[in-house]
Amino acid sequence: MTALEASGRSAAPAVDAEASAAGSRPVTPASEHTRRATARKWAEIALFVGPAMVLFLTFVVYPVVSAARFSLYKWNGVSQFSDAEFIGLENYARALFGGTDPATQQAFTTAYSQPFWEALSHNFAIIFLSMAVQLPIALAVALTLNRRFRGRAFTRVVIFAPYVLSEVIAGTMWLIIFDPNGIATQLMRGIGLDMPNGGWFEDPTWGFWTVFFIITWKYVGLAIILFLAGLSGVSEDLQEAAAIDGASWWQIQWRINIPLIGPTIRIWAFLSIIGSIQLFDMVWVLNRGGTAGQYSTIASYMMEIGFFRSDWGYGSAIAVIMFFLSFVIALAYMATILRRDNAHPRKAR
Amino acid sequence: MALLAACSSTEAGEDGSSADATDGGSGDAPVTLTWWHNGVAGDTGENSLGDYWDTVAADYMADHPNVTIEIEQIQNEDLQRTRIPTALQSGDAPDLFQQWGGGEMAAQAEAGYLMDLSDVLADDIGRLGGGVAPWQVDGVTYGLPFQFAVEGIWYRPSLFEEAGITAEPTTMAELDDAVQKLKDAGIVPIAVGASDGWPAAHWWYNFALRSCSQDVVASAGTSLDFSDPCWLDAGTQLEDFLGTEPFQPQFTSTVAQTGATSSAGMVANGNAAMELMGQWNYFVYEGFTDGSDEAIAALHDDLDWFPMPATDGGAGDPSAAMGGGDGFSCYVDAPAECADFLAYIVSDDVQRGYAEAVGGLPVAPAASDAVTDPVLQEIAQTTSSAAYVQLWMDTLLGPNVGGAMNDGIVNIFNGTGDAQGVVDMMVAAAATS
Repeated sequence: MTALEASGRSAAPAVDAEASAAGSRPVTPASEHTRRATARKWAEIALFVGPAMVLFLTFVVYPVVSAARFSLYKWNGVSQFSDAEFIGLENYARALFGGTDPATQQAFTTAYSQPFWEALSHNFAIIFLSMAVQLPIALAVALTLNRRFRGRAFTRVVIFAPYVLSEVIAGTMWLIIFDPNGIATQLMRGIGLDMPNGGWFEDPTWGFWTVFFIITWKYVGLAIILFLAGLSGVSEDLQEAAAIDGASWWQIQWRINIPLIGPTIRIWAFLSIIGSIQLFDMVWVLNRGGTAGQYSTIASYMMEIGFFRSDWGYGSAIAVIMFFLSFVIALAYMATILRRDNAHPRKAR
Repeated sequence: MALLAACSSTEAGEDGSSADATDGGSGDAPVTLTWWHNGVAGDTGENSLGDYWDTVAADYMADHPNVTIEIEQIQNEDLQRTRIPTALQSGDAPDLFQQWGGGEMAAQAEAGYLMDLSDVLADDIGRLGGGVAPWQVDGVTYGLPFQFAVEGIWYRPSLFEEAGITAEPTTMAELDDAVQKLKDAGIVPIAVGASDGWPAAHWWYNFALRSCSQDVVASAGTSLDFSDPCWLDAGTQLEDFLGTEPFQPQFTSTVAQTGATSSAGMVANGNAAMELMGQWNYFVYEGFTDGSDEAIAALHDDLDWFPMPATDGGAGDPSAAMGGGDGFSCYVDAPAECADFLAYIVSDDVQRGYAEAVGGLPVAPAASDAVTDPVLQEIAQTTSSAAYVQLWMDTLLGPNVGGAMNDGIVNIFNGTGDAQGVVDMMVAAAATS
């Protein structure tokens, strides 16, 4: 009984069942028993959830609320916050469409709104490209590797290695490789081509693609490992049966393996989308989103303008926009695409 | 016991713990000073500045047994952008901390974070002279510099010789001519670490310094008024200069100091002839040698410096120079000993030691005799003979407007912006602060 109760799972029915079956113990009135059980349940909840809740409130909710508060003020982060001027939603307006003041709207559009939308467009481009490029690559590699062969474990480790590397180390490595006089340039020259005009990272056209290449290298390993894990859960009976029925290798992948790892793919896509919106470390290590924001993301833009330009009110507004975006997209994804995956176990029961 | 205490304090021992042991001996109440500075170890693990500050603190503690100094060494950008602002916000700030002067300091002073040193250190302010100006707001002194110097162009005489350049350029026309000769000889004329932003921006600063009168620049620091056409002219001059293609290929992907392909590495390795930089680059260049005395001597033999050449026309004085330095401020609630220790840091003897141990350019005029290197002497000479020295523009304007200015200038280097764009971004940032 103790174990059952301590598990915290449907404590009340368990106790009732125990009470009816108990012979040696004095029978207590059911109402008092239930009350004690309820108190105990709440004590358990407080004990187990409390510490996590305190951490969550202190390090997640409080900062979010603070940022939302800062975002309503004109504040340089140096002066006392009590002296900051309340300007309502003006910081949001400045980011989204250059502010509401006709005198400064033109200047703010160029100096603030355009870089904001540019950074945001990079985030969405990365989301789109992840689905269009990383997904097929990861799927192809995972399906190819989903069989027994010599060196399988080694191959998997190699594929996963970039994901395990810290962003700072990986970023520095690519900075060296893509240096104007680095290996990448020499290779390109070796085959008669040259690097982009402004260099690999800072060229206004090519900078973003260089960074997307690095992001793909860094994160495609995670997708492959996840897909392989999903594939290992697909019963071999199904594949054998299909093979006996005369299905080709391609038909087996297309009609059996890929549909059956659908939940894994959808979870990966979810992680990828949220990761793309919050993408920061790699672009920051490379060069703070580029000298002219060539590969800025909304997070690097927030950091640049909040900390490096000491525009804390505006930076906070960007942070809130980013939070709101992640939140809405996560909820929408949960409610639509992931809903059937979540509903699945209940139906099965 | 008293004898022991007297003994150790007159010896000026370097060991902080011996000073602690004598605490009871002096009549003053014990005081702890916290000190944040940017003297951190470099790639090689060497930390001459941090080591020197340790010695200075130990010496001071030995003389003042009641004072304990707790030092924290923090990387420059972390210190300036994150640690100091948040510490000041929290009300739990270090007593003595790095101060770069200019707009950021003015904002800290306005918020009431800084100790007014005008009266307590009046003698020292007078002794240090005009170099203190960037650490003053409306005549009130909020910090004291221990180092100040102008920037100029570093160059390799052997490459100049190879290209047939016989004299250091003194005008932009002569610089253009030198650039052409170097290109003809197949040598990269000028290296710039535009990937880091500010090294590129310094070219614009120098054009603005020549275009704009002293008053226009100085008053822009507080008025944030950029309506004078000289600001636009600075960008136009930069565009013209970029048109002569004086910089290395892919300069927007080149960093300033890290690695052999950085702008400093290119000059140190003889892959570029010139670089516009502050006096600190002398030591950055040395970092690209193997560190042996012979290698450093060989580098010094083939490394020289000249002031930024004068442009034609413009309202600024042709002999004005861009410069900057490092100093310290006391937190407003710091104990009185903070000001006393700061006075000790900028005292003539400690300044001399700074020049000798770290190779920096001291602010105290009496310490200038400790600068023995001919190139550093030339920089010191240019600093003192300039019609006026203008503090780095980004420091002057503070992080918001200064940062917007740097971004706008880098856009010109990237080909994604123009002269008007720089002014527009400065005006926009000014409207938000």
